[in-house]
Amino acid sequence: MPEGIGAYKELVLAMGRTGILGYGGGPSVIPLIRYEAVTRYRWLDDDEFGEILALANTLPGPIATKMAAYLGYKQKGASGAVVAVIAHILPTSIAMIALLGILYALRHSGIVAGMIAAVRPVIFVMLGLMAYEFAAKAWKGLGKGFAVGFGLSAFLLLYVLNVHPGLVVAVFLAYGSVHLKMIDRWRHQLKERGKK
Amino acid sequence: MNGWELFWGFFVANVLGYGGGPSSIPLMQEEIVNHYHWLTNEEFADVLAVGNALPGPIATKIAAFVGYREAGWIGLILTTVATVVPSALALILLLRILNRFRESSVVKGMTLLVQPVIAVMMAGLTWEVGKVSAASIGIWQSLGIAGVSLWAMTKGRIHPAWVIVGAFVYGSLVLSHQLS
Repeated sequence: MPEGIGAYKELVLAMGRTGILGYGGGPSVIPLIRYEAVTRYRWLDDDEFGEILALANTLPGPIATKMAAYLGYKQKGASGAVVAVIAHILPTSIAMIALLGILYALRHSGIVAGMIAAVRPVIFVMLGLMAYEFAAKAWKGLGKGFAVGFGLSAFLLLYVLNVHPGLVVAVFLAYGSVHLKMIDRWRHQLKERGKK
Repeated sequence: MNGWELFWGFFVANVLGYGGGPSSIPLMQEEIVNHYHWLTNEEFADVLAVGNALPGPIATKIAAFVGYREAGWIGLILTTVATVVPSALALILLLRILNRFRESSVVKGMTLLVQPVIAVMMAGLTWEVGKVSAASIGIWQSLGIAGVSLWAMTKGRIHPAWVIVGAFVYGSLVLSHQLS
């Protein structure tokens, strides 16, 4: 591991590259981060990377920045974590502000108005596909009965009773923390009853 | 501007978003559009479009843009810190403790249970963006473009970023005459 400035340079290069080359949001960037951290710079081995990734997934929030912060911290402590995260997100954050700024400044030109109008149905489809993916994961993970039941109750709470979404998510998370135990107990009772 | 609101809005949306950036998108929309009215649904759709055309994490790009628009560089720092720091800090500080929870049914159950809620919220957001699109270029033209892009992204296996670029090109060449 290089000392002093060298270590920061590696962090900036690795996290900058993965931030700029990773298309499709955080989760799709993980293989690129693995390549930089494990293969190119050997900050940790493959097993440890997998371990950290699994731990990071038990926490909420964006995944790529969690990994960047951890890798920076491992190399250079708190300042390393800050440097790694900034290198990862700053270039695209600035590009985002610049691009949307240009788009809005030129909003009244027919060409830009046309571009914005044409891309909306595409975003409609992308969001729809994401909704489908989450539904499919729920279907597979919870089983269809639970998935449909929980989906319907979420719909009821969110759009009929207009409960704040943050609260709805918090309630589902709270129940989720005991869901699997409840199922176990319930199966167990059924079995006991079956024996009698 | 209220710096505390900027921080709190993005903190809530990301601390509840289990399963990476994409699951935070509908939670962010709730805070940004419905709760604090920083953007309209139209603008939020544009932010998603440009955000998906650019590389890098999606949640931090949305945070950076909204923060900057509301309160300049200070706003950008506030929203970005609220998005990134809590979960990053938690990972570093709790590393040892988390190890015990990794295989636990508690975390697995939480990750499972959040999915139907996010699916429903994502469907709600899809509906909002559909309405925005239908209002600007009509239902049939919207469905036409949606159909082509659905085919391109699923059967055509074309990367979403390219589909967005394609839509930009189509819009600038064809729709521009219609709208001006």
